[in-house]
Amino acid sequence: MERELTVVGNRMPMLDAAAKAKGTAQFIDDLVLPGMLHGKILRSPLPHAKILHIDTSKAEKLSGVKGVMTGTDIPDRKYGIVPKAKDEYALAKTKVRYIGDEVAAVCAVDPEIAEEALELIKVDYEELPAVFDPMEAIKEGAPLVHADVQKNISASIRKEFGDVEKAFGESDFIFEDTFYSQAVNHAPLEPHGALAQYDPKGELTIWSSTQIPFFLRRNLSTTLLVPESKLRVIKPKVGGGFGQKVDMFAKDFCACWFAMNIGRPVKFIYDREEVFIGTRQRHPVYLSVKTGLNKEGNILAQQFKAYADGGAYNSTAPVMITLMGFFLMIPYKVPNLLHEGYHVYTNKPVGGAMRGHGIPQARFAVERQLDMIAERMDLDPGEIRIRNSIHAGEPHPAKFVINTCGFVDTVKKAAEGIGWAQKRGKLPFGRGVGMAGGSFPSGVSNMSHISSGAVVQLGREGAVNVLTGAADIGQGAETVIGQIVAEELGVLLEDVRVTAADTGITPLDPGTFGSGVTVRAGNAARLAAISVKNKLFEIVSEKLEASVDDLVAEKRKIYVKGSPDKGMTLSDALKAYQYGDHPMPIVGRGSWMAPTTEPTTLLKENGNFAPNYSFMTQAAEVEVDPQTGRVKLLKMAAAHDCGKMINPLLVEGQLEGSVVGGMGQALYEDVIVEKGQVMNPSFLDYGFPTAMEMPEIEAIEVETIDPLGPFGAKEAGEGTQVSPAPAIVNAIYDAIGIDFMEMPVTPEKILKALEEKKK
Amino acid sequence: MGKMISFALNGNKMAVEVKDHWTLLHLLREELGLLGTKEGCGSGECGACTVIVDGMAVNSCLFPGLEIAEKDVVTIEGLTSPDGTLHPLQKSFVENGGIQCGYCTPGMIMSAKALLDESPNATEEEIKHSLAGNICRCTGYVQIIDSIKSISEGGVEEVHVVAWKNKEKDE
Ligand code: FES
Ligand code: FES
Repeated sequence: MERELTVVGNRMPMLDAAAKAKGTAQFIDDLVLPGMLHGKILRSPLPHAKILHIDTSKAEKLSGVKGVMTGTDIPDRKYGIVPKAKDEYALAKTKVRYIGDEVAAVCAVDPEIAEEALELIKVDYEELPAVFDPMEAIKEGAPLVHADVQKNISASIRKEFGDVEKAFGESDFIFEDTFYSQAVNHAPLEPHGALAQYDPKGELTIWSSTQIPFFLRRNLSTTLLVPESKLRVIKPKVGGGFGQKVDMFAKDFCACWFAMNIGRPVKFIYDREEVFIGTRQRHPVYLSVKTGLNKEGNILAQQFKAYADGGAYNSTAPVMITLMGFFLMIPYKVPNLLHEGYHVYTNKPVGGAMRGHGIPQARFAVERQLDMIAERMDLDPGEIRIRNSIHAGEPHPAKFVINTCGFVDTVKKAAEGIGWAQKRGKLPFGRGVGMAGGSFPSGVSNMSHISSGAVVQLGREGAVNVLTGAADIGQGAETVIGQIVAEELGVLLEDVRVTAADTGITPLDPGTFGSGVTVRAGNAARLAAISVKNKLFEIVSEKLEASVDDLVAEKRKIYVKGSPDKGMTLSDALKAYQYGDHPMPIVGRGSWMAPTTEPTTLLKENGNFAPNYSFMTQAAEVEVDPQTGRVKLLKMAAAHDCGKMINPLLVEGQLEGSVVGGMGQALYEDVIVEKGQVMNPSFLDYGFPTAMEMPEIEAIEVETIDPLGPFGAKEAGEGTQVSPAPAIVNAIYDAIGIDFMEMPVTPEKILKALEEKKK
Repeated sequence: MGKMISFALNGNKMAVEVKDHWTLLHLLREELGLLGTKEGCGSGECGACTVIVDGMAVNSCLFPGLEIAEKDVVTIEGLTSPDGTLHPLQKSFVENGGIQCGYCTPGMIMSAKALLDESPNATEEEIKHSLAGNICRCTGYVQIIDSIKSISEGGVEEVHVVAWKNKEKDE
């Protein structure tokens, strides 16, 4: 690199942090339009039933009600985030499939009247037999959640790398274990909402708490039968998503539909209970892992089987079970793998993408089993991880291209951070340490052809405008993109204004999922900035009598490499540009997608999956109280290779949030469902971690400079979430000598296990 | 049924008609248009709606609107000076990464303010206790607690964390 970085790599507050601190940042519920109506949704009280008749007449007559709609009013167009797995109507047409399924919607002059109107809608149902467990649902004769899906298996995958049978034959040790990972709600603090406005010329605008404005536009277009050119999706501030806001929901559709039919703006805001029962959750999964190793502890083969409880609809089903399998191939070298995954319908809340998207469940099983194997083979858990690590530049069994890999370092540094050598197996009963590894793609490459665009504009005063479609949902995407542009143009972050996520203004972007934003949208913005810089440099090089390649832009100055005094200020450069009769503003465009020299369907052929891969190890220390069964996470040492950190303050924030999220999953959180009914749809009953449970967190950086990431960056948002939970459960083993095979590890389970152990 | 009540809102005395069933959150957001206070659950479980009433942090989504009669209410809007200068706590949250999505932020800052008004040098334990009713799904709390600690340990006099108040000028 020709010079020191001045913006990238710095701890910088988010661009919108002050507005959020003041309370002036506008979230969906803060938007108010003249004449705005309020919508509410009627949900099914039954897990599985035919809708015989809906009588809305009383609701329609209630004073203040402006509209009522049911499934019979809407076009016969199903939607879903994955094109080949569309199975959902905004409002149920002929049957309901879970408690919470949307049946009708009302809009009225205030939310209370809308609520009252819901009670006046009379629905006649014919209850149908229901099924609540995926292992029951796949049996012959089980009730079918969707009549056309046999055995309720709505998506499946069988993918083999290498020759598993042969490799098991050559293995010295074979271990087989089964695990269960529970349902977890994303619970973003901001409930989901939408506000739509229709302009009589035929233009429909919707503000939505969404992570994927452009996908939402597509889903709305195909279900409302409105062309995408007439549909504008705007993302206001979004109060967290974690994957729960990647789908279209009834509130989006119904807000649009009412706005179009009534001609007034309509807003829907879900209440907390609706977020719990009627949106998405992390898929509960039954997992079995069979691993074959040689005497040295090298993995020779792995066979993985997963049954995911998908609930009533698909959402991301095929993607989830695919990701789960492919990412068993990192961070360990698994020369032979057979992955079988099934997404099974049940009459329960719907599974969807949640931070890590299928991978945390798989990682829980693998990381737990690795520890159990280490114990049985008398190996150190850290050692077995290091021994099996993949390495940069080596041929990869699935043909992934790993340009940078700091995994081994993360194992060593996490171990050091937690005091592994002094503590593992050596602490008094009730105290223990454990670790787990992980790896994550920075967005996926080929399979979905996703790319991002950006436009950068430099005005005569040196102000920079960036247009990006990246959806900042609180992780700081706009700040990271702003830093990348500022660095490239040699301006300060405060000179940059980022306008984001408005399908009517900003370039295409797939949105926030798959941890691809920094690399994909960041690279697009960087290319746009480079294009601006090149135009300016051409003029400056004449003035300075230096070659373009020798110029450097830094801190609002442009100078010749190596001689900072031979240069001019950015403002003089812009003057020169303008007085040289070059048109202003200077505009640059960039588009980026991951290199695609590999096959485009990885399901059939092997090939690279992502532009780059992050690596991490988390090591936990826990204290288990044998009297109460309560587990306290004392410390988490988290070593993380996310490439070059664009903004360490934000990376740490992602990491710490993930540790506490992982702790929630390991110890407290569980969406409890009985006969299809969610029993704990509130923060209090659900078991949400608070500041009181917060452990000490040591964030340890293992920096690599990745050739494909902007300034060497890799993802830092989701990978952090895959290893905290298994690290904690592994530490519980070290503390009390009990292997827990399912989460959450509650006090009741601990006490019961301790009791049994005594016998 | 409604009733005319008077109270001080961010230092400004005012009188408004409040209906029996209105919560303080409803009064602030829907009637007075102060949208800085957020609703995350509406049932007293998340703290996003925290405001300060007579020095006490309360969940405004449960607090009856009528009960603020003759009381002193401070919301997030009351912390920033008229010239836009951030309150020390707001500034500290910004600088220390205490804010990600920002939805919990107004409530967090108000809880922190109520604590530090009362006990300016609060320890980490006290800070954690006072935030037990404020949920954050993004940050894992670390940078939030750092944000508050940097004030409580800073010993900076003027932070004493009294919001900008017109009232003081009145007096
Ligand atoms: S909105 Fe008041 S506590 Fe959650
Ligand atoms: S910053 Fe998002 S909930 Fe706290």
